Amino acid sequence: MIETFLWLLGYQFAGELLARSLGWPIPGAVLGMLFLFLTLCVRKGIPDTLRHNVPRLMTHMSLLFIPAGAGILAFWPLLAERPLAMAAVLLLSTLATLLISALTLTLLLRRQQGRKARP
Amino acid sequence: MTPALHEWLRQSPLTGIFLTLLAYRVALSISRRYHGHPLANTVLVGAALLIVSLLALGLSFDEYFRGASFIQFLLGPVTVALAIPLYNNLARLKRSAFAILCSIVVGSIAGVASAVLIAVAFDLPPQIVLSLAPRSATTPIAIGVAEAIGGIPTLAAAFVIVTGIIGAVLARPLLTLLRMNDDVVLGVATGIAAHGIGTARVFQISETAGAFAGLAMGLTGFVTAVVAPLLVHFLLS
Repeated sequence: MIETFLWLLGYQFAGELLARSLGWPIPGAVLGMLFLFLTLCVRKGIPDTLRHNVPRLMTHMSLLFIPAGAGILAFWPLLAERPLAMAAVLLLSTLATLLISALTLTLLLRRQQGRKARP
Repeated sequence: MTPALHEWLRQSPLTGIFLTLLAYRVALSISRRYHGHPLANTVLVGAALLIVSLLALGLSFDEYFRGASFIQFLLGPVTVALAIPLYNNLARLKRSAFAILCSIVVGSIAGVASAVLIAVAFDLPPQIVLSLAPRSATTPIAIGVAEAIGGIPTLAAAFVIVTGIIGAVLARPLLTLLRMNDDVVLGVATGIAAHGIGTARVFQISETAGAFAGLAMGLTGFVTAVVAPLLVHFLLS
């Protein structure tokens, strides 16, 4: 477990340092994920400690969003101004985003498959 | 409860950590009891239970967050850890990289444009429209973008969280309705529309979906940060 956290926090650290020194608005953890992914591609394998511990960590990723979810309590005065209009906007735009993303990917994957099927 | 005891309850990080774990565990039981029904979403139910207990105990969010911040801190290393499931799906990623990248760009633009256009249609004030624009990105990016384009950062953070919960609840039922049964499509669409909360949700369904959601979440944040300021300017001019 110690090695796992050294890996993960180390890559997050590197990501934070780079994002901050370049003034990028990207979270360090997201850059850390991309760096770790590139490292695994170069290494052509996953270190044992990460292979064992990471899947267990991911199963409970939802837990980590509960504090943010409870944050709605703190934000309530802001949200309660025009609650119905805001709820409608969030619902409709999230549905639209899901729909457009899923349709685009499905169409592109189908086209790609069609091209491969042809000799 | 004696005043001294209540004071300790307010000050100790133990309160926030314990309540969060307890709310999550109960939410997990409820989710299992209803066989992972979308509305029995663990973030939705867990946060609702927590809000009720904070109100009942008379604790403010800031007092709760003294402990909860330790749990939220783990989001960093767990986001980095998304690289491992992604690497496990390397073959599928290589095969479909172009289609996935194009969809992420199109989806991120749709995320900003749909929020702005629908908010304008509902006649919401400009500051709220600008705070809604980056709502598909992860919280730190959305706060930064909202600040840059003249929105209200705290409001933007609230929109991000509500968006994530809505997306986490709706993604699977919507795609099942459309008969899209590919885990890659589920993952990418959820990661674009519902960032980390959606990613956590699809991880409960499949590791592949979770891996691609994590990738989509990261790249959507990147595209949103670059595109949102230009797009908002274009849409509102």
